[in-house]
Amino acid sequence: MIREFTANELWFLVLAARWTVALSAIAFVGGGVGGFVVAILRVSRARPLAPLAAAFIKIGQGTPLLMQLYLVYFGASLLQVTSDAWTAAVLGLTLYASAFLGEIWRGSIQAVPREQWEAARALALGYPAQLRWVVLPQAARIALPPTVGFLVQLLKGTSLASIIGFTELTRAAQIVNNATFRPLLVYAAVAAIYFLLCWPLSLLSDYLERRLEHAGARTIAFQI
Amino acid sequence: MGYVFQFGAVWREMDALLLGAWLTVRLSALAMVFGLAVGVAGALALASRWRGVRALGRAYVEAIRNTPFLVQVLFVYLGLPSIGLRLRPDQAALLAMVINLGAYATEIVRAGVKAVPHGQLEAGTALGLSPWQLFRFVVWLPALRAVFPALGSQFILVMLASSVVSVISAEELTAVADTIVARNFRSFEVYLIVTGMYLAMCLVFQAAFAGLHRVLFARWGDAEAR
Repeated sequence: MIREFTANELWFLVLAARWTVALSAIAFVGGGVGGFVVAILRVSRARPLAPLAAAFIKIGQGTPLLMQLYLVYFGASLLQVTSDAWTAAVLGLTLYASAFLGEIWRGSIQAVPREQWEAARALALGYPAQLRWVVLPQAARIALPPTVGFLVQLLKGTSLASIIGFTELTRAAQIVNNATFRPLLVYAAVAAIYFLLCWPLSLLSDYLERRLEHAGARTIAFQI
Repeated sequence: MGYVFQFGAVWREMDALLLGAWLTVRLSALAMVFGLAVGVAGALALASRWRGVRALGRAYVEAIRNTPFLVQVLFVYLGLPSIGLRLRPDQAALLAMVINLGAYATEIVRAGVKAVPHGQLEAGTALGLSPWQLFRFVVWLPALRAVFPALGSQFILVMLASSVVSVISAEELTAVADTIVARNFRSFEVYLIVTGMYLAMCLVFQAAFAGLHRVLFARWGDAEAR
Protein backbone atom coordinates (compact mmCIF):
# COMPACT_ATOMS: atom_id res chain seq x y z
CA MET A 1 0.00 0.00 0.00
CA ILE A 2 1.30 3.44 -0.86
CA ARG A 3 1.20 5.91 1.99
CA GLU A 4 0.56 9.62 1.58
CA PHE A 5 3.35 12.08 2.32
CA THR A 6 1.81 13.88 5.28
CA ALA A 7 2.98 15.86 8.29
CA ASN A 8 3.72 12.50 9.95
CA GLU A 9 6.25 11.57 7.28
CA LEU A 10 7.80 15.04 7.50
CA TRP A 11 8.00 14.66 11.28
CA PHE A 12 9.73 11.28 10.81
CA LEU A 13 12.38 13.05 8.68
CA VAL A 14 12.83 15.82 11.23
CA LEU A 15 13.32 13.23 13.97
CA ALA A 16 15.85 11.38 11.83
CA ALA A 17 17.75 14.67 11.46
CA ARG A 18 18.56 14.34 15.17
CA TRP A 19 20.86 11.46 14.24
CA THR A 20 22.51 13.58 11.58
CA VAL A 21 23.12 16.28 14.19
CA ALA A 22 24.31 13.76 16.80
CA LEU A 23 26.68 12.09 14.35
CA SER A 24 28.10 15.47 13.26
CA ALA A 25 28.51 16.65 16.86
CA ILE A 26 30.30 13.51 18.04
CA ALA A 27 32.56 13.37 14.97
CA PHE A 28 33.30 17.08 15.38
CA VAL A 29 34.31 16.71 19.02
CA GLY A 30 36.27 13.51 18.35
CA GLY A 31 37.82 15.06 15.24
CA GLY A 32 38.64 18.15 17.28
CA VAL A 33 40.68 16.11 19.74
CA GLY A 34 42.27 14.03 16.96
CA GLY A 35 42.87 17.07 14.76
CA PHE A 36 44.54 18.93 17.62
CA VAL A 37 46.98 16.08 18.17
CA VAL A 38 47.62 15.77 14.41
CA ALA A 39 48.21 19.52 14.05
CA ILE A 40 50.61 19.69 17.01
CA LEU A 41 52.57 16.67 15.75
CA ARG A 42 52.59 18.06 12.21
CA VAL A 43 54.19 21.39 13.22
CA SER A 44 56.63 19.74 15.60
CA ARG A 45 59.94 18.48 14.26
CA ALA A 46 59.65 15.14 16.07
CA ARG A 47 61.20 12.80 13.49
CA PRO A 48 58.90 9.80 13.13
CA LEU A 49 55.73 11.58 14.30
CA ALA A 50 55.65 14.71 12.11
CA PRO A 51 55.87 12.78 8.79
CA LEU A 52 53.31 10.30 10.14
CA ALA A 53 50.90 13.13 10.87
CA ALA A 54 51.54 14.51 7.38
CA ALA A 55 50.79 11.10 5.85
CA PHE A 56 47.61 10.79 7.93
CA ILE A 57 46.40 14.16 6.60
CA LYS A 58 47.32 13.19 3.03
CA ILE A 59 45.38 9.93 3.21
CA GLY A 60 42.40 11.53 4.96
CA GLN A 61 42.15 14.30 2.36
CA GLY A 62 43.26 12.27 -0.66
CA THR A 63 40.73 9.43 -0.50
CA PRO A 64 36.92 9.49 -0.74
CA LEU A 65 35.02 9.67 2.54
CA LEU A 66 32.86 6.79 1.28
CA MET A 67 35.97 4.55 1.01
CA GLN A 68 37.05 5.55 4.52
CA LEU A 69 33.64 4.58 5.87
CA TYR A 70 33.69 1.27 3.98
CA LEU A 71 37.17 0.43 5.30
CA VAL A 72 36.21 1.21 8.90
CA TYR A 73 32.90 -0.63 8.58
CA PHE A 74 34.29 -3.79 6.97
CA GLY A 75 37.59 -3.59 8.84
CA ALA A 76 35.86 -3.38 12.22
CA SER A 77 33.72 -6.40 11.46
CA LEU A 78 36.78 -8.37 10.25
CA LEU A 79 38.60 -7.58 13.49
CA GLN A 80 35.37 -8.54 15.24
CA VAL A 81 35.37 -5.20 17.05
CA THR A 82 31.87 -4.33 15.95
CA SER A 83 29.59 -4.74 12.97
CA ASP A 84 27.41 -1.85 14.04
CA ALA A 85 26.86 0.89 11.45
CA TRP A 86 26.56 3.64 14.11
CA THR A 87 29.97 2.83 15.64
CA ALA A 88 31.59 2.53 12.23
CA ALA A 89 30.09 5.84 11.10
CA VAL A 90 31.23 7.61 14.28
CA LEU A 91 34.71 6.16 13.99
CA GLY A 92 35.05 6.82 10.25
CA LEU A 93 33.78 10.40 10.42
CA THR A 94 35.98 11.09 13.46
CA LEU A 95 39.09 9.99 11.53
CA TYR A 96 37.97 12.05 8.52
CA ALA A 97 37.42 15.12 10.71
CA SER A 98 40.79 14.57 12.44
CA ALA A 99 42.59 14.74 9.10
CA PHE A 100 40.79 17.88 7.89
CA LEU A 101 40.87 19.75 11.20
CA GLY A 102 44.51 18.70 11.62
CA GLU A 103 45.35 20.34 8.29
CA ILE A 104 43.25 23.46 8.96
CA TRP A 105 44.85 23.97 12.36
CA ARG A 106 48.34 23.23 11.06
CA GLY A 107 47.84 26.04 8.56
CA SER A 108 46.55 28.34 11.29
CA ILE A 109 49.48 27.63 13.59
CA GLN A 110 51.94 28.23 10.78
CA ALA A 111 50.17 31.47 9.83
CA VAL A 112 51.24 32.96 13.16
CA PRO A 113 54.32 35.08 12.37
CA ARG A 114 57.73 33.50 13.18
CA GLU A 115 58.59 36.50 15.34
CA GLN A 116 55.92 35.48 17.82
CA TRP A 117 57.74 32.19 18.44
CA GLU A 118 61.06 34.01 18.70
CA ALA A 119 59.65 36.59 21.11
CA ALA A 120 58.21 33.81 23.27
CA ARG A 121 61.57 32.03 23.25
CA ALA A 122 63.29 35.25 24.17
CA LEU A 123 61.04 35.37 27.23
CA ALA A 124 62.53 31.96 28.16
CA LEU A 125 59.28 30.09 27.62
CA GLY A 126 59.64 26.38 26.85
CA TYR A 127 58.11 24.86 23.70
CA PRO A 128 54.79 23.88 25.37
CA ALA A 129 54.50 27.31 26.98
CA GLN A 130 55.29 29.04 23.66
CA LEU A 131 52.42 27.10 22.10
CA ARG A 132 50.02 27.50 25.01
CA TRP A 133 50.46 31.19 25.82
CA VAL A 134 51.64 32.80 22.59
CA VAL A 135 50.97 30.84 19.42
CA LEU A 136 47.71 28.94 19.98
CA PRO A 137 45.61 31.92 21.12
CA GLN A 138 46.55 33.74 17.91
CA ALA A 139 46.14 30.61 15.78
CA ALA A 140 42.66 30.03 17.23
CA ARG A 141 41.43 33.35 15.82
CA ILE A 142 42.71 32.45 12.37
CA ALA A 143 41.34 28.91 12.63
CA LEU A 144 37.79 29.78 13.64
CA PRO A 145 36.20 30.64 10.24
CA PRO A 146 37.55 27.59 8.33
CA THR A 147 36.72 25.34 11.30
CA VAL A 148 33.08 26.41 11.21
CA GLY A 149 33.22 25.98 7.43
CA PHE A 150 34.45 22.43 7.88
CA LEU A 151 31.56 21.72 10.25
CA VAL A 152 29.24 22.30 7.27
CA GLN A 153 31.29 19.85 5.19
CA LEU A 154 31.10 17.30 8.04
CA LEU A 155 27.35 17.72 8.43
CA LYS A 156 26.91 17.05 4.71
CA GLY A 157 29.39 14.16 4.94
CA THR A 158 27.27 12.35 7.52
CA SER A 159 24.79 11.64 4.70
CA LEU A 160 27.22 8.96 3.50
CA ALA A 161 26.61 7.02 6.72
CA SER A 162 23.29 6.06 5.09
CA ILE A 163 25.24 3.99 2.54
CA ILE A 164 26.69 1.72 5.23
CA GLY A 165 23.17 1.39 6.64
CA PHE A 166 22.99 3.88 9.49
CA THR A 167 19.56 5.50 9.72
CA GLU A 168 20.09 9.25 9.71
CA LEU A 169 18.35 11.85 7.57
CA THR A 170 19.29 10.53 4.10
CA ARG A 171 18.50 6.91 5.02
CA ALA A 172 15.19 8.08 6.50
CA ALA A 173 14.46 9.73 3.15
CA GLN A 174 14.91 6.40 1.39
CA ILE A 175 12.56 4.74 3.89
CA VAL A 176 9.89 7.41 3.48
CA ASN A 177 10.32 7.36 -0.29
CA ASN A 178 9.86 3.59 -0.39
CA ALA A 179 6.57 3.98 1.52
CA THR A 180 5.15 7.05 -0.20
CA PHE A 181 6.82 6.92 -3.62
CA ARG A 182 7.03 10.71 -3.81
CA PRO A 183 10.80 11.04 -4.48
CA LEU A 184 10.72 14.66 -5.65
CA LEU A 185 8.87 15.81 -2.55
CA VAL A 186 10.83 13.62 -0.13
CA TYR A 187 14.27 14.59 -1.38
CA ALA A 188 13.31 18.26 -1.64
CA ALA A 189 12.14 18.13 1.98
CA VAL A 190 15.35 16.40 3.06
CA ALA A 191 17.47 18.89 1.13
CA ALA A 192 15.56 21.69 2.88
CA ILE A 193 16.29 20.19 6.31
CA TYR A 194 20.00 19.90 5.49
CA PHE A 195 19.91 23.47 4.22
CA LEU A 196 18.35 24.74 7.45
CA LEU A 197 21.11 22.99 9.42
CA CYS A 198 24.01 24.08 7.22
CA TRP A 199 23.13 27.57 6.05
CA PRO A 200 23.38 29.34 9.44
CA LEU A 201 26.80 27.75 9.90
CA SER A 202 27.91 28.88 6.44
CA LEU A 203 26.74 32.42 7.18
CA LEU A 204 28.56 32.34 10.54
CA SER A 205 31.74 31.13 8.84
CA ASP A 206 31.54 33.92 6.22
CA TYR A 207 30.86 36.51 8.93
CA LEU A 208 33.83 35.35 11.03
CA GLU A 209 36.04 35.38 7.95
CA ARG A 210 35.08 38.96 7.08
CA ARG A 211 35.59 40.06 10.67
CA LEU A 212 39.03 38.47 10.70
CA GLU A 213 39.95 40.29 7.47
CA HIS A 214 38.92 43.62 8.99
CA ALA A 215 40.86 42.83 12.15
CA GLY A 216 43.88 41.95 10.00
CA ALA A 217 43.57 45.23 8.11
CA ARG A 218 43.37 47.12 11.42
CA THR A 219 46.46 45.42 12.79
CA ILE A 220 48.46 46.25 9.68
CA ALA A 221 47.26 49.86 9.73
CA PHE A 222 48.28 50.08 13.36
CA GLN A 223 51.77 48.76 12.61
CA ILE A 224 52.27 51.36 9.87
CA MET B 1 41.23 -13.59 14.60
CA GLY B 2 40.83 -16.36 12.06
CA TYR B 3 40.57 -14.18 9.00
CA VAL B 4 42.99 -14.73 6.13
CA PHE B 5 43.44 -11.77 3.80
CA GLN B 6 43.19 -12.69 0.15
CA PHE B 7 44.51 -9.95 -2.06
CA GLY B 8 44.99 -12.40 -4.91
CA ALA B 9 41.24 -12.31 -5.44
CA VAL B 10 41.56 -8.56 -6.02
CA TRP B 11 44.61 -8.64 -8.30
CA ARG B 12 42.70 -10.93 -10.66
CA GLU B 13 40.16 -8.10 -11.09
CA MET B 14 42.80 -5.42 -11.72
CA ASP B 15 41.79 -4.89 -15.36
CA ALA B 16 38.22 -4.08 -14.32
CA LEU B 17 39.46 -1.76 -11.56
CA LEU B 18 41.80 0.10 -13.91
CA LEU B 19 38.91 0.56 -16.34
CA GLY B 20 36.86 1.87 -13.41
CA ALA B 21 39.62 4.34 -12.54
CA TRP B 22 39.64 5.56 -16.14
CA LEU B 23 35.84 6.00 -16.05
CA THR B 24 36.19 8.02 -12.83
CA VAL B 25 38.77 10.32 -14.41
CA ARG B 26 36.66 10.72 -17.56
CA LEU B 27 33.50 11.43 -15.59
CA SER B 28 35.32 13.98 -13.41
CA ALA B 29 36.89 15.68 -16.43
CA LEU B 30 33.52 15.95 -18.19
CA ALA B 31 31.93 17.31 -15.02
CA MET B 32 34.79 19.80 -14.73
CA VAL B 33 34.33 21.12 -18.28
CA PHE B 34 30.55 21.55 -18.02
CA GLY B 35 30.75 22.63 -14.39
CA LEU B 36 33.15 25.44 -15.33
CA ALA B 37 30.72 26.60 -18.02
CA VAL B 38 27.97 26.70 -15.39
CA GLY B 39 30.43 28.52 -13.12
CA VAL B 40 31.03 31.23 -15.72
CA ALA B 41 27.26 31.63 -16.16
CA GLY B 42 26.86 31.73 -12.38
CA ALA B 43 29.56 34.37 -11.99
CA LEU B 44 27.90 36.46 -14.74
CA ALA B 45 24.56 36.09 -12.94
CA LEU B 46 26.09 37.26 -9.64
CA ALA B 47 27.55 40.32 -11.40
CA SER B 48 24.31 41.06 -13.24
CA ARG B 49 22.66 44.46 -13.40
CA TRP B 50 19.30 42.93 -12.49
CA ARG B 51 18.56 42.22 -8.89
CA GLY B 52 16.39 39.17 -9.65
CA VAL B 53 19.18 37.50 -11.62
CA ARG B 54 21.68 38.19 -8.84
CA ALA B 55 19.30 36.73 -6.24
CA LEU B 56 18.74 33.66 -8.42
CA GLY B 57 22.49 33.11 -8.77
CA ARG B 58 23.02 33.49 -5.04
CA ALA B 59 20.14 31.10 -4.26
CA TYR B 60 21.64 28.48 -6.58
CA VAL B 61 25.09 28.72 -5.01
CA GLU B 62 23.79 28.64 -1.44
CA ALA B 63 21.31 25.82 -2.07
CA ILE B 64 24.00 23.58 -3.56
CA ARG B 65 26.73 24.41 -1.08
CA ASN B 66 24.51 23.74 1.93
CA THR B 67 23.07 20.36 0.92
CA PRO B 68 24.91 17.01 0.65
CA PHE B 69 26.06 15.82 -2.77
CA LEU B 70 24.46 12.43 -2.09
CA VAL B 71 21.03 14.05 -1.67
CA GLN B 72 21.57 16.00 -4.91
CA VAL B 73 22.43 12.76 -6.73
CA LEU B 74 19.33 11.00 -5.38
CA PHE B 75 17.17 14.04 -6.16
CA VAL B 76 18.31 14.07 -9.78
CA TYR B 77 18.13 10.30 -10.29
CA LEU B 78 14.98 9.45 -8.31
CA GLY B 79 13.19 12.79 -8.09
CA LEU B 80 13.41 14.24 -11.60
CA PRO B 81 11.64 11.31 -13.36
CA SER B 82 8.41 12.36 -11.63
CA ILE B 83 8.53 15.63 -13.58
CA GLY B 84 9.29 13.73 -16.77
CA LEU B 85 13.10 13.86 -16.85
CA ARG B 86 14.15 10.22 -16.87
CA LEU B 87 17.93 9.77 -16.98
CA ARG B 88 20.23 6.77 -17.14
CA PRO B 89 22.45 6.39 -14.05
CA ASP B 90 25.53 7.74 -15.85
CA GLN B 91 23.60 10.74 -17.20
CA ALA B 92 22.07 11.45 -13.79
CA ALA B 93 25.52 11.18 -12.18
CA LEU B 94 27.05 13.63 -14.65
CA LEU B 95 24.15 16.07 -14.32
CA ALA B 96 24.32 16.00 -10.51
CA MET B 97 28.10 16.49 -10.62
CA VAL B 98 27.78 19.43 -13.03
CA ILE B 99 25.08 21.09 -10.92
CA ASN B 100 27.15 20.57 -7.77
CA LEU B 101 30.44 21.70 -9.26
CA GLY B 102 28.80 24.70 -10.96
CA ALA B 103 28.10 26.29 -7.58
CA TYR B 104 31.71 25.95 -6.40
CA ALA B 105 33.03 26.98 -9.82
CA THR B 106 30.88 30.14 -9.65
CA GLU B 107 32.85 31.26 -6.60
CA ILE B 108 36.17 30.32 -8.18
CA VAL B 109 35.45 32.20 -11.42
CA ARG B 110 34.32 35.20 -9.43
CA ALA B 111 37.53 35.17 -7.38
CA GLY B 112 39.51 34.97 -10.63
CA VAL B 113 37.85 38.01 -12.19
CA LYS B 114 38.26 39.89 -8.91
CA ALA B 115 41.99 39.14 -8.98
CA VAL B 116 42.46 41.33 -12.06
CA PRO B 117 43.47 44.80 -10.86
CA HIS B 118 40.73 47.35 -11.41
CA GLY B 119 43.15 49.80 -12.99
CA GLN B 120 43.83 47.35 -15.83
CA LEU B 121 40.12 47.14 -16.62
CA GLU B 122 39.91 50.93 -16.67
CA ALA B 123 43.00 51.14 -18.86
CA GLY B 124 41.45 48.63 -21.26
CA THR B 125 38.20 50.59 -21.37
CA ALA B 126 40.15 53.80 -21.95
CA LEU B 127 41.82 52.13 -24.96
CA GLY B 128 38.32 51.58 -26.36
CA LEU B 129 38.27 47.79 -26.01
CA SER B 130 34.90 46.10 -26.34
CA PRO B 131 33.77 43.92 -23.39
CA TRP B 132 34.81 40.81 -25.34
CA GLN B 133 38.23 42.29 -26.19
CA LEU B 134 38.60 43.35 -22.57
CA PHE B 135 38.00 39.77 -21.50
CA ARG B 136 40.21 38.31 -24.25
CA PHE B 137 43.24 40.60 -23.82
CA VAL B 138 43.07 41.84 -20.24
CA VAL B 139 41.06 39.60 -17.96
CA TRP B 140 41.25 35.94 -18.76
CA LEU B 141 44.95 35.11 -18.43
CA PRO B 142 45.63 36.78 -15.07
CA ALA B 143 42.27 35.45 -13.84
CA LEU B 144 43.16 31.92 -14.90
CA ARG B 145 46.56 32.23 -13.30
CA ALA B 146 45.02 33.41 -10.03
CA VAL B 147 42.54 30.53 -9.80
CA PHE B 148 44.56 27.74 -11.41
CA PRO B 149 45.51 26.13 -8.06
CA ALA B 150 41.89 26.35 -6.86
CA LEU B 151 40.69 24.71 -10.08
CA GLY B 152 43.22 21.94 -9.64
CA SER B 153 42.09 21.15 -6.10
CA GLN B 154 38.47 21.39 -7.18
CA PHE B 155 39.10 18.72 -9.83
CA ILE B 156 40.55 16.42 -7.18
CA LEU B 157 37.60 17.08 -4.85
CA VAL B 158 35.22 16.23 -7.69
CA MET B 159 37.12 13.02 -8.39
CA LEU B 160 36.90 11.93 -4.75
CA ALA B 161 33.26 12.97 -4.41
CA SER B 162 32.38 11.05 -7.58
CA SER B 163 32.66 7.77 -5.63
CA VAL B 164 29.24 8.68 -4.21
CA VAL B 165 27.52 8.20 -7.59
CA SER B 166 28.10 4.45 -7.14
CA VAL B 167 24.86 4.47 -5.08
CA ILE B 168 22.88 4.89 -8.31
CA SER B 169 25.22 2.37 -10.03
CA ALA B 170 26.75 4.89 -12.40
CA GLU B 171 29.84 3.32 -13.96
CA GLU B 172 32.99 4.41 -12.15
CA LEU B 173 35.68 3.04 -9.84
CA THR B 174 33.59 2.57 -6.68
CA ALA B 175 30.73 0.96 -8.62
CA VAL B 176 33.21 -1.47 -10.20
CA ALA B 177 34.51 -2.23 -6.71
CA ASP B 178 30.96 -2.86 -5.46
CA THR B 179 30.38 -5.32 -8.33
CA ILE B 180 33.59 -7.19 -7.50
CA VAL B 181 32.68 -7.33 -3.81
CA ALA B 182 29.27 -8.74 -4.69
CA ARG B 183 31.08 -11.51 -6.59
CA ASN B 184 33.93 -12.49 -4.27
CA PHE B 185 32.87 -11.09 -0.86
CA ARG B 186 36.41 -9.76 -0.24
CA SER B 187 35.03 -6.36 0.75
CA PHE B 188 37.91 -5.15 2.90
CA GLU B 189 40.62 -6.17 0.44
CA VAL B 190 38.81 -4.68 -2.56
CA TYR B 191 38.03 -1.36 -0.87
CA LEU B 192 41.57 -1.13 0.53
CA ILE B 193 43.06 -1.48 -2.95
CA VAL B 194 40.51 0.95 -4.41
CA THR B 195 41.25 3.49 -1.66
CA GLY B 196 44.92 3.19 -2.62
CA MET B 197 43.99 3.78 -6.25
CA TYR B 198 42.06 6.96 -5.37
CA LEU B 199 45.02 8.16 -3.31
CA ALA B 200 47.39 7.47 -6.21
CA MET B 201 45.12 9.32 -8.64
CA CYS B 202 44.93 12.23 -6.23
CA LEU B 203 48.73 12.43 -5.87
CA VAL B 204 49.33 12.07 -9.63
CA PHE B 205 46.87 14.85 -10.49
CA GLN B 206 48.23 17.10 -7.73
CA ALA B 207 51.74 16.71 -9.14
CA ALA B 208 50.47 17.18 -12.70
CA PHE B 209 48.63 20.40 -11.86
CA ALA B 210 51.63 21.77 -9.97
CA GLY B 211 53.86 20.99 -12.96
CA LEU B 212 51.39 22.48 -15.41
CA HIS B 213 51.15 25.61 -13.30
CA ARG B 214 54.92 26.04 -13.44
CA VAL B 215 55.10 25.40 -17.19
CA LEU B 216 52.14 27.62 -18.12
CA PHE B 217 52.91 30.58 -15.93
CA ALA B 218 56.71 30.43 -15.52
CA ARG B 219 57.34 33.28 -17.98
CA TRP B 220 54.87 35.42 -16.08
CA GLY B 221 56.91 35.41 -12.91
CA ASP B 222 59.87 36.76 -14.93
CA ALA B 223 57.78 39.42 -16.58
CA GLU B 224 56.62 40.66 -13.21
CA ALA B 225 60.13 40.70 -11.79
CA ARG B 226 61.25 42.97 -14.64
